[in-house]
Amino acid sequence: MSEEEKQAIIDFMKKKKGKTKHYFNELCKALPDMKMRAAKKIINEMVNDGQLKYWSSGSTTLYILPEHADVSKEEEGIN
Amino acid sequence: MALKHKTPLLDELEKGPWPSFVSDVKQIAARKPMCEDLLGLLEQSYVDKEGHWKHGGIVGVLGYGGGVIGRYCDRPDLFPEVAHFHTMRVNQPSSKFYSTEVLKQLCDIWEKRGSGLTNMHGSTGDIILLGTVTDQLEPIFYELTHDMNMDLGGSGSNMRTPSCCLGKARCEWSCIDTQAITHDITTEFQDELHRPAFPYKFKFKTSGCPNDCVAAIARADCSIIGTWRDDIRIDQEAVKAYAAGELAPNGNSFGTGPSVLDIQKEVCDLCPTRCMEWDGKTLKIWNEDCTRCMHCINVMPRALRPGTDTGATILCGAKAPILEGAQLSSVIIPFIKMEEPYEEFKDFVDKMWDWWMEEGKNRERLGESIQRLGLRAFLNACELEPDPRMINTPRYNPYIFYDPADVPGGWEIDGKAYREKHQA
Repeated sequence: MSEEEKQAIIDFMKKKKGKTKHYFNELCKALPDMKMRAAKKIINEMVNDGQLKYWSSGSTTLYILPEHADVSKEEEGIN
Repeated sequence: MALKHKTPLLDELEKGPWPSFVSDVKQIAARKPMCEDLLGLLEQSYVDKEGHWKHGGIVGVLGYGGGVIGRYCDRPDLFPEVAHFHTMRVNQPSSKFYSTEVLKQLCDIWEKRGSGLTNMHGSTGDIILLGTVTDQLEPIFYELTHDMNMDLGGSGSNMRTPSCCLGKARCEWSCIDTQAITHDITTEFQDELHRPAFPYKFKFKTSGCPNDCVAAIARADCSIIGTWRDDIRIDQEAVKAYAAGELAPNGNSFGTGPSVLDIQKEVCDLCPTRCMEWDGKTLKIWNEDCTRCMHCINVMPRALRPGTDTGATILCGAKAPILEGAQLSSVIIPFIKMEEPYEEFKDFVDKMWDWWMEEGKNRERLGESIQRLGLRAFLNACELEPDPRMINTPRYNPYIFYDPADVPGGWEIDGKAYREKHQA
């Protein structure tokens, strides 16, 4: 997988000020020429590498950057 | 044993004639402080008339985007034992067949590492393990997968744990091997089950016959319902025996025992397409008009059976009533053989998911996408031809649109010329 594509996703997420959680199809906007199921492979790899984390409400899943994924804050009700 | 918190409001729930979950939780609370605080928190919610749970979060097991639902209490100062109370969903075996050994092992893990409270089963079909702390998630997952050969189920924007009826294991009417199909879907689509990338949840449910014991038609985004395409098998001697009161109608479901069955009234007149005729001696069925409702077979199971050329009808788009009301699945593939390795079905699933991932809005179920964009768009994406069996009520809606490309010769509309003759 290309590092450029992964970086494009991270840049896209960082550019959205004040928004930490992103739907899958929002991340795909960072890779406009790619089919979603191909983009999924890259995003999966980023999760496996720790570059992205899942955030799930139980019914819906979103993606966040690791710097926003602090379990202790979540336990305190901050996240 | 006296519990830590007084629960007068919850105690009221134990006074009825029905079994009470409060009594169940109290039994465990005697040995599990987590359950004591759970009762205390619930009592607090009843006093305050508002909930004290926050759900959702980043907790999970490594590499999985589903199967764990983070849950936290917003009063950890009062109820520290339930500060975390995460839910785990475990993928149930097809048709929920267990050995007692497996159930004991599962309970032992949960007694040691969780609250001890289970929900057998959640409405999705999974085994629901209620209440554990973040540090226990990985050990539980390790023991489930390594010691028990079990896996977590689906949650979030994943394919959810597929579920099915008892199928051929216990039911003579099953037209397809529901367990084999469910197992195959589960293993084939592991990535979709554990790594969420859909707009919202996606459910497969498989029923062996149109009685649809898992309610696939009402709940699943993709319902696989067993059916047949030849004739209902008739044993005319058994039909006569029902009429003479020698057999118990409805498999004795109503406890009548052998009793005279008025075949005209109870079978023919209740057939939705009136495709049956009874002259007192012989039962005739015009199978081409049969909609496979199963009523006649249910009433006279010794006399009537599904045909032998069996397969499944694939329907799509059911959902619960959160947005725009409940929706039943629509027929998409009227008949498919559904034999291993299910290649034709999987090709369809790939096309369906490609379309929904590209076109579906966030938190929009497949049925809602079809409703918004039209069945034609969905059929085009899946490369399927429209079929009269997809239509519930022909000619109900007069606004039928034709695409010029679909009509031999096509046509062109000259909007300017039209407006010269018709004012806006």
